[in-house]
Amino acid sequence: MRLTEIEQAMRAGEFGEPRRWAIEHQIKVGRFFDAEDLVPVRQAHIMADSESLGEAGILFLERLADTAPDHRRVRVPTITDPRGVDFAAYGRLKIGEDLAMLEQRAVAAFVALGVLMTNTCINYQTIMPPVRGEHMAFGDTGVVIYSNAVFGARSNFEGGPSALAAGLTGRTPRYGFHLDQHRRGTKRIVVEAQPQSLSDWGALGGLVGRIVNNYWDVPVIEGFAEVPSSDALKHFGAALASYGSAAMFHIPGLTPEASTSAEAFGGPSPEPAVISAGDLRGFYAQYAAPGDRVDVVVFAAPQLSLFELEELAALLDGKTIAPHTTTLVATSPENKSAADRMGLTRRIEAAGAVVLEGVCFYQSYAREMAEANGWRRLLTNSAKLVNIIAGYGYEPTLASTEQCIASAVAGRIT
Amino acid sequence: MPLVFRCHEGIGPVVTGPVLVADDGFSARYDLDRKAGVFSRPAHKLFGRSYAGKVLALNTSKGGVATAWMLHEMAARGIVPLALLFNRVNPIIAQGAAFGNVALVDRFEDDITRVLRLGDIVEVDPGRGIVTVLNRIT
Repeated sequence: MRLTEIEQAMRAGEFGEPRRWAIEHQIKVGRFFDAEDLVPVRQAHIMADSESLGEAGILFLERLADTAPDHRRVRVPTITDPRGVDFAAYGRLKIGEDLAMLEQRAVAAFVALGVLMTNTCINYQTIMPPVRGEHMAFGDTGVVIYSNAVFGARSNFEGGPSALAAGLTGRTPRYGFHLDQHRRGTKRIVVEAQPQSLSDWGALGGLVGRIVNNYWDVPVIEGFAEVPSSDALKHFGAALASYGSAAMFHIPGLTPEASTSAEAFGGPSPEPAVISAGDLRGFYAQYAAPGDRVDVVVFAAPQLSLFELEELAALLDGKTIAPHTTTLVATSPENKSAADRMGLTRRIEAAGAVVLEGVCFYQSYAREMAEANGWRRLLTNSAKLVNIIAGYGYEPTLASTEQCIASAVAGRIT
Repeated sequence: MPLVFRCHEGIGPVVTGPVLVADDGFSARYDLDRKAGVFSRPAHKLFGRSYAGKVLALNTSKGGVATAWMLHEMAARGIVPLALLFNRVNPIIAQGAAFGNVALVDRFEDDITRVLRLGDIVEVDPGRGIVTVLNRIT
C-alpha cells in the first residue's frame, strides 16, 4: 500500500501508540482486500457494546485511553452505535450489575479517546446525514447500507476496531464501496409484492437479502409503486444487510446513483429474480406462531424515529399491555429526549411499555435477559431482529406494528 | 502428493487442525453461543457443533459488525476457531481476524465447502495463501 508522509509517521509511532496500532491494523486489512492506499474519512461510527467487546476488548480500549491526550484523541468526528446497557433501565430488565460495570468502563474509555457517545444506529436520521460522495467509516450494517444507497456516501462495513482505527488516523483503506467498480448493480430483482407496513419493508429486505447473500453483490430493485419513507428504507436496508450481508442497493429513479436500471448496471440489465406476494406471505409464515403466549414485544433494530414513537403512542393510548408480556421500545438519546419533551414517552409507558434510550435490544445482553426473565417467544415488527435473535435462544415472530400492539395487549399472538 | 488448495493471501498465523465444514454462512453474533463454544442458531447447518480449535470452512461471512470485536474476545478466552476458511468474506471477518490474530483466508480457486471434508486435518498458511490437507478423511 502507498502511504503518505504523515501515514508513515503514524506507522513509525511519531503520533503515539494508539495511532501506530490503528494504521498497522488498517494496513493488514487493506492488504487483504488489495487496497492501494488509504482514503480520508469525514466521520467514524463505532459499534462497541460491552457484550461484543468482552473483558478483553474493554482492556484494549483502556490501554489506548491510558496514553497521552494528544496521542489518544480521535482526529475526525467519531460517534457510537447503541450501547449494551441503558443505565436508567437495566435493573428492570434484570441485566446484572457486573455487566453494567463493564459498560461503564467502555464508556469511560471512549470518552477519554474523544469519541462522541451518540449511542445510535440511526445517526443518518438524528445526528448528521452524509453527503453524496463523502467517504465514511461507519459501523452498523444498517447505517452503511442506508448511507451508501440512499445518500450515495461511501463506506464499507467497519467493525468496531476498524472504525476506531479510522477515527484515530482519519482514514480508512480504499477498497470495496469506496471504489466505483464495486457500486454497480450485479443482481436485478423485481418486486411484485407492494409493502403496506414497516414490517413488510423489512420482510422484503430480508427476501432480497436471501437472493443477494453476499457483501460484494449489489441488488437493483424495481417495481415499487410508491416512494418509500425514510423509516421504510431504514427497515428495508437493515434487513437486506442482515439477511444478505449487503452494503449497497439501487432503486432506479429513487436512489441517487442510478436513474435507470441500465445506469445501475453500467450496461444491459440481467434477467430478474421476482419477489411475489406469495413470497412475502411465506416470509411471515416461517416465523408465525398464532395463539402462542408472547413473552416480550420489541420495537427496535433499528432504533425508532420520532414518527415511529408517535405511532406507538397513538396505538397504545387507552390500552393496557398484558401483565406477563414485556414491551420494549428502543430509540436514540436524541429521540428519547424529544419523546420525553413531547409527552410520547409518558403515553407509551402509561400502557405498560418501557422506552429505552441508546440501546437496540439485541446488543444489550439479549441472552442474559432471556435467561433472567424467562423469555422465549419474542414478537417484533423488525425483520432484522427476527433474523438475529434466534441465535440468542428466542423464538421470534414478525408482525406489523399494529399486530404487535394488539398481541402485547392480548398477551398472545393474535 | 498432498492435496493443496490455493487462495488469496490471508491474515494471521500458520495453524494446523481438524476441519468443520458446511455450505452456510458465519456470524459470531447471529450463529454462536460464545460461552458454550457451539453453533447456536437452529437454522445453521452446524447447529450444536463445537467450533473451538476447529478449522471452519464456510461459504461466506454474514450479518453484523460485532464479529470484529467478538473474535478478539473469543481468542482471549481460548474458545475460538483455529482458522477461518471462506469462499468470500465481508470486511468484518477480515477486520476481526486482523484484530484478534486469527488465521483467515478466502477467494479459493475451488469451492472450499465442497472440496474439504469434515474431519480432514489441514495446515492453513495465510501468508502464502495455501491450505494443505495433511490427513484426508476417506
